[in-house]
Amino acid sequence: MSYVVEMLNIRKEFPGIVANDNITLTLKKGEIHALLGENGAGKSTLMGVLFGMYQPEQGIIKIREKEVKITNPNVANHLGIGMVHQHFKLVENFTVTENIILGSEPLKGIVLDIDKAAKRISELSKHYGLNVDPHAKIEDISVGMQQRVEIMKMLYREAEVLIFDEPTAVLTPNEIEELMKIMRNLINEGKSIIIITHKLKEIKAVADRCTVIRRGKGIGTVNVKETSEASLAEMMVGRHVNFKVDKKASTPGDVVLQIDSLSAKNNRKVMGLKNFSIEVRKGEIVGIAGVEGNGQSELVETITGLRKVESGKILLNGKEVTHIPIRERIESGIGHIPEDRQKRGLVLDYTLENNMVLEVYNKKPFANYGLMNGAAIKNYAKKILENFDVRSGEGGVSIARTLSGGNQQKAIIGREMELDPDLLIAVQPTRGLDVGSIEYIHKRLIEHRDKGKAVLLVSLELDEILQLSDRIAIVNNGELIGTVNASETNENEVGLMMAGVNKERNI
Amino acid sequence: MWTIIEQIFPYAIIFTIPLLITALGGLFSERSGIVNIGLEGLMISGAFASALTVNFLQDKMQGSTILWIGLLVAAVVGILFSLLHAFASINLSADQVISGTAINMIAMALTVFLARNITGSGNIRITSGFTPFDVPILSKIPIIGDLLFTKTYATTWFILLVLIISAFILNKTKFGLRLKSCGEFPQAAQAAGINVVGIRYIGVMLSGALSGLGGGIIILTYAGEFTGSVSGLGFLALASLIFGQWRPLGILGATLFFGFASTIANVSQVIPELAVIPPIILKIFPYVVTLIALVIFSKSSQAPKAAGEPFDPGKR
Amino acid sequence: MRNTIVSLISIVLGLIAGGLLMLFIGASPIEGYTYLFQGALKNIARIGDTLATATPLIFTGLAVAFAFRTGLFNIGVSGQMLIGGLAATAVGLSFDFSRPILILLMILAGIIGGGLWAFIPGFLKARFNVHEVVATIMMNWIAYWTVYYIVPGYFKGEFLETESRKLAEGNTLRTPWLTEMFQGSYINLGLFFAVIAVIIVAFIINKTTLGFELKAVGFNRHAAEYAGMKVNRNIILSMLISGALAGLGGVALYTGNASSMQIGILPSQGYDGIAVALLGANSPVGVFFAALLFGILYSGTGFMNAMIEIPPELANTIIAIIIYFAATSVLIHRLLNKFRKTRSNANDVNGPVGKKGEA
Repeated sequence: MSYVVEMLNIRKEFPGIVANDNITLTLKKGEIHALLGENGAGKSTLMGVLFGMYQPEQGIIKIREKEVKITNPNVANHLGIGMVHQHFKLVENFTVTENIILGSEPLKGIVLDIDKAAKRISELSKHYGLNVDPHAKIEDISVGMQQRVEIMKMLYREAEVLIFDEPTAVLTPNEIEELMKIMRNLINEGKSIIIITHKLKEIKAVADRCTVIRRGKGIGTVNVKETSEASLAEMMVGRHVNFKVDKKASTPGDVVLQIDSLSAKNNRKVMGLKNFSIEVRKGEIVGIAGVEGNGQSELVETITGLRKVESGKILLNGKEVTHIPIRERIESGIGHIPEDRQKRGLVLDYTLENNMVLEVYNKKPFANYGLMNGAAIKNYAKKILENFDVRSGEGGVSIARTLSGGNQQKAIIGREMELDPDLLIAVQPTRGLDVGSIEYIHKRLIEHRDKGKAVLLVSLELDEILQLSDRIAIVNNGELIGTVNASETNENEVGLMMAGVNKERNI
Repeated sequence: MWTIIEQIFPYAIIFTIPLLITALGGLFSERSGIVNIGLEGLMISGAFASALTVNFLQDKMQGSTILWIGLLVAAVVGILFSLLHAFASINLSADQVISGTAINMIAMALTVFLARNITGSGNIRITSGFTPFDVPILSKIPIIGDLLFTKTYATTWFILLVLIISAFILNKTKFGLRLKSCGEFPQAAQAAGINVVGIRYIGVMLSGALSGLGGGIIILTYAGEFTGSVSGLGFLALASLIFGQWRPLGILGATLFFGFASTIANVSQVIPELAVIPPIILKIFPYVVTLIALVIFSKSSQAPKAAGEPFDPGKR
Repeated sequence: MRNTIVSLISIVLGLIAGGLLMLFIGASPIEGYTYLFQGALKNIARIGDTLATATPLIFTGLAVAFAFRTGLFNIGVSGQMLIGGLAATAVGLSFDFSRPILILLMILAGIIGGGLWAFIPGFLKARFNVHEVVATIMMNWIAYWTVYYIVPGYFKGEFLETESRKLAEGNTLRTPWLTEMFQGSYINLGLFFAVIAVIIVAFIINKTTLGFELKAVGFNRHAAEYAGMKVNRNIILSMLISGALAGLGGVALYTGNASSMQIGILPSQGYDGIAVALLGANSPVGVFFAALLFGILYSGTGFMNAMIEIPPELANTIIAIIIYFAATSVLIHRLLNKFRKTRSNANDVNGPVGKKGEA
């Protein structure tokens, strides 16, 4: 069997850290090869090296058994390497065709030959069963469709080696199925695929071989068929991982949050949340399951006051809070771990101390008659940072920007829990974190529940929802599809509902 | 009413042209992703360069050739000045608004400094500029002929040609597609193998060339003298760019509007029908309308999404 | 510390560029700068004039810096100065109260005029998300034409159409004891108000909850909103305060340094305020010193021009070049880093910890 790609003993350093340390990865022709590792293990860096975005300090890259220097993405393209980035590289107000031809435009004289390109795209689309409309605008098509446009970009350039960076993160279970089918199609047409992921199930489902890296080091390459999920996980994390979260059965009390047929517009000014109703009680964790962009952000933002409500009611401990200002909501007991910790959760250029009082800076003892009290803030911050094991260069006076993602997240969670909110809304609390931090954060969320508080958990990771929640509400297209007890459901059922299939309706 | 329109039309066009070409320059810069509030300064540098060139050549040469040479020099000097902005905002990720402000201040100060050193007074006078002419045959067409084809400048036709070429480049060519992609989402352009830095340099340099031309045209058509300022026309060009929603034809409409509004304000005292309106109202009218337009467009702005954001090719 | 070094390097580079310009026109830079600094600092009267020249710059620098702290770029300081100055002049010319009351009223008028002029773009930004840069530029020209017609219409001077009447000696910020102390200089009370403004602004920014909010909004308005701060109110408030400071700059310029208003001019001090703020790293104390420096440059060029015929626009040019270097301070930072690396070995690199290979 011949190799199309050989990356031998690759080393890549960034100021202060070694992202890739002596990693070897080989790709056989016609195989799907998984690259597995935790967040921050160095997967994207390794693929960046292959795609010409970074130059390795050491190591050799061979393509079709010939040694090459890949100095930029253009060189990679010429070598037949294409990449679907995790964050799509598509110009929103361009058409599908314009996006695909960008950088290798067909011309008629000096004019762009859009018609010719569109025709070729239609043909390719038919050939690989991608079903892409060449004249649609990117901003008008679904995320799944956008991903296919990215795939088309590679096919249009006749790439032989296709790299997929975390391709399933943004897809519905259905779309994931479709994607896997497309991948197998591509293999049948003679392409070779590298898929970057940290999801073990997908590797088992689609990959032939799997290379595991951990903290920048290559751990090994295994045949997927001969390996179990558990041993893959152990290779990835470096110790035995217990994916089961320890928790007692819940003892729900009074209703803390009650939402009555709530509707709100999304950023595109159309209804993103429609007639949504739900209850969260004391001492329970309610998980919101759904694919990204199906109304979760709108739900969270209307509860926290960041988004205007069109109709419906929000009650907290029986008191209506539908239209009151954000600050009053915080004061009446809503804590919020935001989805985007850098955009919302922290003022990155403030010190940790200032960030820890971001919501209470104007309260006694942190302020008196409008004057800030530095000493009180310092003590308060110190307590949180110690309690939640937030590690930083200079303690409380560190600038938030200098912390690692995990420590930033722990700081936010510490801040919100210190307020001891009756309702804690945790949105994607573990996104992008390593397994150690994930376990820690899960433990804290359950502790909060066990103190008799209500927790609303929003996550795109179905596993996380299933492990932590007592009840699960499934959203699709801004609507509540149904609510199930976590102990009485399974992944299949929830997955189907995420795609919009309601079991009651089907019976 | 008709006679008023007929009277002011040629003046309005004369006033529109420098505004149009400068706004078009701004269009190339902003659609490549670089905000350029230095248009005023670039115009001033072009005005200075053309005045100086023509002033220097007018004793030695005859005919309109020197005027075109003056415009060429204006464009070149505009490009040189714009390189300062390009370097700051593209290579150094500087705040583009501050860098543009610096360009304005440098151009204003430096040109007067040099002019004063050369002429003693700070002003540079030219003895003859472009002369208006009636287009043969076309000017005989009733109504349209009077409006569009009488008392026109050669530069007007030249700039309209530039406008058409610009619209063609932007919408039909490879370069146009790439330029727009850099202004909307440079990461996508980079992933497609496009040299974002290069494209942005070209965008900014085009803005320098066209703004320089704009400044030169002011001197060589209606001003006749460099005085160290273009009276805020660069800022008005910036407003036209927004008003025209970053599209060539939109800009044409916006600059015509400003051209007419300013001309009306300038001539209002000699036209009885307009003299009843307080001049202050006419003078502030374009700016107030711009503010209102900004409010109206705020919901559906077509501004290039990445304009003003520094792009670091090494970062993902 | 590092900011100070960067500012100092910018100044040195600006002065070098100025020197090259003098060489270019055939003058001697050493002579030029000698006369320039003599012109600004040679005797007590000239020092007084230099301080007076710096006074409006302190205000405009503070105005720009204050808005910057909230993430707003107030490029409309010139217009706000005009309106503030116009309001104060109007009060000074129209009323005949006792001096302390009149001065107080004039200052209030200046604050209100400048604040109002900045309130409009602030409101448009908060309510409609209209970019404040374009809005304030438009406001500048509206102010320009407003003054252009109001001054000749209502406050026409005795001799010139293009000037307002002169304020009576007792109705300006000038005061005999200061004038005497500085031997006839036009230094005036504006300087004291400027120093007070520096202290108040520093206090607001560093010590109060208002400052905490404004800075949070400036760094990250999304996070500020999340934390329950009223982002829009803060934006308007910040513009209002910035405009009030600019208006005070107008009061200092038109009723202190001068005693009448001219039409057809947007005061350059408004744009210089951007340079002052940048050079002062947006800190009130930094602004104070940067304004003093620019005061020296401006006030010295007249003497320099008289002695060796270097055009006085040299000062503007140097200032413009300094702002360019301050704007491109990344370059200076990089050079500093290189310099440090070559001096100390690589083992004590304190690079940022947060930069990771994986996004």
